[in-house]
Amino acid sequence: MDNLSSLSYFVPELFLSAAILLIIILDLLLKKEQKIWTGILSAAALLISVFLIFKQYQLPVHDIFNGMLVVDSMAVLVKLIAAVSSIIIILFSLPYVEEKTEYYVLILITTLGMFLMASVNDILMIILSMELVGLMSYVLTGFTKRNVKSDEASLKYILYAAASTAVMAFGFSYIYGMTGETNLIKIQQALMTNPPNQAAFFIAVVLVLAGLGYKIAMVPFHFWLPDVYEGAPTPITAFLSVGPKAAGLAVMIRFLITVTAHPTSGMATAFAQNLQVHLPMLIAVLAVITMTFGNTVALRQTNIKRLMAYSSIAHAGYMIMAMVVFNAEGFTAILFYLIIYMFMNFGAFWVIITMTKRLNSDEISAFRGLGYRSPYAAVALAIFLFSLTGLPPLAGFIGKFYLFAAVIKAEWYVLAILGVLNSVVSLYYYANIVRTMFLESAPVQEAVPFNLYDKVLLTVLLVPVLLFGVYWSPVLRLTEISFNVFH
Amino acid sequence: MGMISLVTFLPVFGALIVLLIPKQNEKAIKWFSAIITFIPLIIASYMWSQFNYTLSGINHEAQFQFVEHMSWIPAFHIEYFVGLDGLSFPMFWLTTLLSFLAIVASFGINKSVKGYFALFLLLETGMLGVFVALDFFLFYVFWEVMLLPMYFLIGIWGGPRREYAAIKFFLYTLLGSVLMLVVMLALYFNVQDPATHGHTFNMLHMMDQSNHKDILRSVDVRYWLYILLFIGFAIKVPVFPFHTWLPDAHVEAPTAISVILAGILLKMGTYGLLRISYPIFPDIAVKTAYALAILGVINILYGAFVAMAQKDLKKLVAYSSVSHMGFVLLGMAAFTDAGIHGALFQMFSHGMITAMLFLIVGVIYDRAHHRQIEGFGGLAVSMPVYAGVASLAFFAALGLPGMTGFIAEASVFIGSFPVYRTLTIMAALGIVITASYVLWTVQRVFLGKLNPKYADLPDINRRELFTLVPLGIMVILFGVYPMPILHLMRSSLIHLISLMH
Repeated sequence: MDNLSSLSYFVPELFLSAAILLIIILDLLLKKEQKIWTGILSAAALLISVFLIFKQYQLPVHDIFNGMLVVDSMAVLVKLIAAVSSIIIILFSLPYVEEKTEYYVLILITTLGMFLMASVNDILMIILSMELVGLMSYVLTGFTKRNVKSDEASLKYILYAAASTAVMAFGFSYIYGMTGETNLIKIQQALMTNPPNQAAFFIAVVLVLAGLGYKIAMVPFHFWLPDVYEGAPTPITAFLSVGPKAAGLAVMIRFLITVTAHPTSGMATAFAQNLQVHLPMLIAVLAVITMTFGNTVALRQTNIKRLMAYSSIAHAGYMIMAMVVFNAEGFTAILFYLIIYMFMNFGAFWVIITMTKRLNSDEISAFRGLGYRSPYAAVALAIFLFSLTGLPPLAGFIGKFYLFAAVIKAEWYVLAILGVLNSVVSLYYYANIVRTMFLESAPVQEAVPFNLYDKVLLTVLLVPVLLFGVYWSPVLRLTEISFNVFH
Repeated sequence: MGMISLVTFLPVFGALIVLLIPKQNEKAIKWFSAIITFIPLIIASYMWSQFNYTLSGINHEAQFQFVEHMSWIPAFHIEYFVGLDGLSFPMFWLTTLLSFLAIVASFGINKSVKGYFALFLLLETGMLGVFVALDFFLFYVFWEVMLLPMYFLIGIWGGPRREYAAIKFFLYTLLGSVLMLVVMLALYFNVQDPATHGHTFNMLHMMDQSNHKDILRSVDVRYWLYILLFIGFAIKVPVFPFHTWLPDAHVEAPTAISVILAGILLKMGTYGLLRISYPIFPDIAVKTAYALAILGVINILYGAFVAMAQKDLKKLVAYSSVSHMGFVLLGMAAFTDAGIHGALFQMFSHGMITAMLFLIVGVIYDRAHHRQIEGFGGLAVSMPVYAGVASLAFFAALGLPGMTGFIAEASVFIGSFPVYRTLTIMAALGIVITASYVLWTVQRVFLGKLNPKYADLPDINRRELFTLVPLGIMVILFGVYPMPILHLMRSSLIHLISLMH
């Protein structure tokens, strides 16, 4: 589709771009005390874009801008997740970031980048959109300027990202060299008609996986993550753990089902290139390493933000695990998990944000006796953590259930067993936080303030975690209609 | 809503109400919890009176009673499917009884009363749900729902090493249940619903071997699935190498929670084997029966020997549970009518006896604030009523004729002797060891010279008697005339055995 007629398929992105410009101009007009309104407006803009994205479900699956991007239901769902998670992050930040318009603008631009990542169909767009998200993330990570940890995190982030992107771009150059195409679909066709050199193709795939793996924090490309999570302002930590990760997974799924495989009848996929290295096995090994590493290292953490960092590595591992099956069940299970993960992870982070600020410490030991000092927040955090562990009847269990179901259906029994054993390991460190809050007595008895705004926001995140644990048919339907991928 | 749902969800509904009662009003919370657990007992007793003894249950939906069957998550064939038969009803009824008594026994709790009773009520729903669920997914959810309240109940209200005991219990049981999850999913994808030809979580469909797809016909696969499932249940029982969580959890848990742990939770392991493993993999169950019998005998002897060495009264009772659960395993492994009747009757009987024992330990601990067997002596002088009730429970534990323990163990021996001659003889040796540690304990605690420190301990009070007497009466009543319970079980167990051959 040509550029002009593509515009009608690009409404949410156009709207968001206009909103970004408008808010920047508005910033010049507002007095310092009034700048909080730019944050509220940003959230409102995102909310409108959520509605605009929803309407895109009715559009036919199509590529736009001469094949640079696509509009299909997976793109729509990932955009929804990105937009909703950004709204939640803005709501998280409103009480703490009152005068900095640029903060909210940066979040909006990141969201725009995630929209693009969700709908990429060209290797150039992959690099471009990932860089857009990346650049904004470095700035947001270093947003608390005079904080040494924050600065260090930001710098580390840039260095790792630059190296990874370079590696990925190098991999793409191989692919371009083998096929002469940048469009993913055309690459797929070219590879099928002209089988490439095995070794060269394998190297290219591994190099690209390195770049994508950095984005979703797949071991061994995860080294940046704990420091960035610890150093970044906590709302940004929460942000990085969901939105960009979802977008990164979407890019990875797109890459895997176009360049390395092609859909046959239905959505079952066959491999275009019979690599000597069995690609699903490679991914399975990476998934197991990722989750095992995340879970075992998390066991030793005393800082709650670092703990959540390793926990997010482990969760990335669970999601990568479902990729090995290369079929619609696996990929929809990942999308389903992302929705659930967004609620439970944000819920946990919201309690962590409010409590670490008020207790003035990121250490888990500061949470001692919190169950008696701020019962609602502590009970909610316990629920979120047990949901992250995957205990029924909470939503996290249902999410993991579908991941494991996809894996077991494809008869990867050993992988499934390693996955569930990882869940058991994760219980230990999640329960450790719960233990600190409830089983230990508080050093001081006074209540930790938890105001109405905090409570309302917490409840909004808590209800889905409880509700989807016992009735999740609507979410399931949403993800099932969302794997109608352009091919 | 049917009677089963009413009984099962009434406690969790009560838990929500408890959360709404202001926390200063501790008395209201306690009495309300007692009432909300008494109602299920009444309803369950009414259900007993309506129970049709001729229906066998096990693998035909039409043979189940009080069935409720509706769709829950149609896209994944998950159903809300509950029902009762002779295998589950005794445990279902026992759960309502012990929960009520344990609530009454918890009236002495004075730390975070609201949280305790709310969690306890949630726990009761989980336990009842496990015994009524006939959909594997539903079963799994209830099975896991029990873990959380249990963790907190041990971890917050337990003894000095409560944190360690609570997380150990949690990790062990979660390890078992995630393995069960894998098996559940493997069955889901490889069992065909005869009506729709889709996948199914319906346990009864899984039991029909003609619904199994090819991969489930391979003996290797069946062995693996059976073993994974077995580990899941064995941890709960607990079968010998997986038992180490038990003494910690039992010793640290508050009295009422020990009662529930030993009285109900341990039985879930053997219940799961009978309800799920046996009918779904009858061939493998028969092939591995000898190993199960050996494990049973190890449990009996090991538990009894370790119990004999204990200095702590509660630990002694905990290990006696390991030993007594061994009889259940031995009876189950024999695949004879008498053996399996003995096994299920032992589950029921041990549920009452061990509940009494833990309550008795709780009574003395509340007064003397320690449980060292050596520290007591001659308590029969200062606490005569207590000594009487306690002796009754201890004699029941050693299997004295005229009480339920005797019926159960004799039945197990009758059932297993023709099949495993040597093993049964070794198991009978366990009775002797049991007798010796029980008698030795009674002697050291209640007889001999009175320790002057405990000369003026108050005797057992009315509330404590209220929790012990009904159990004591039942232990004797069903010991002399076990037919009401055996009648309940008979058609189901005979049908189960016929499936195995």
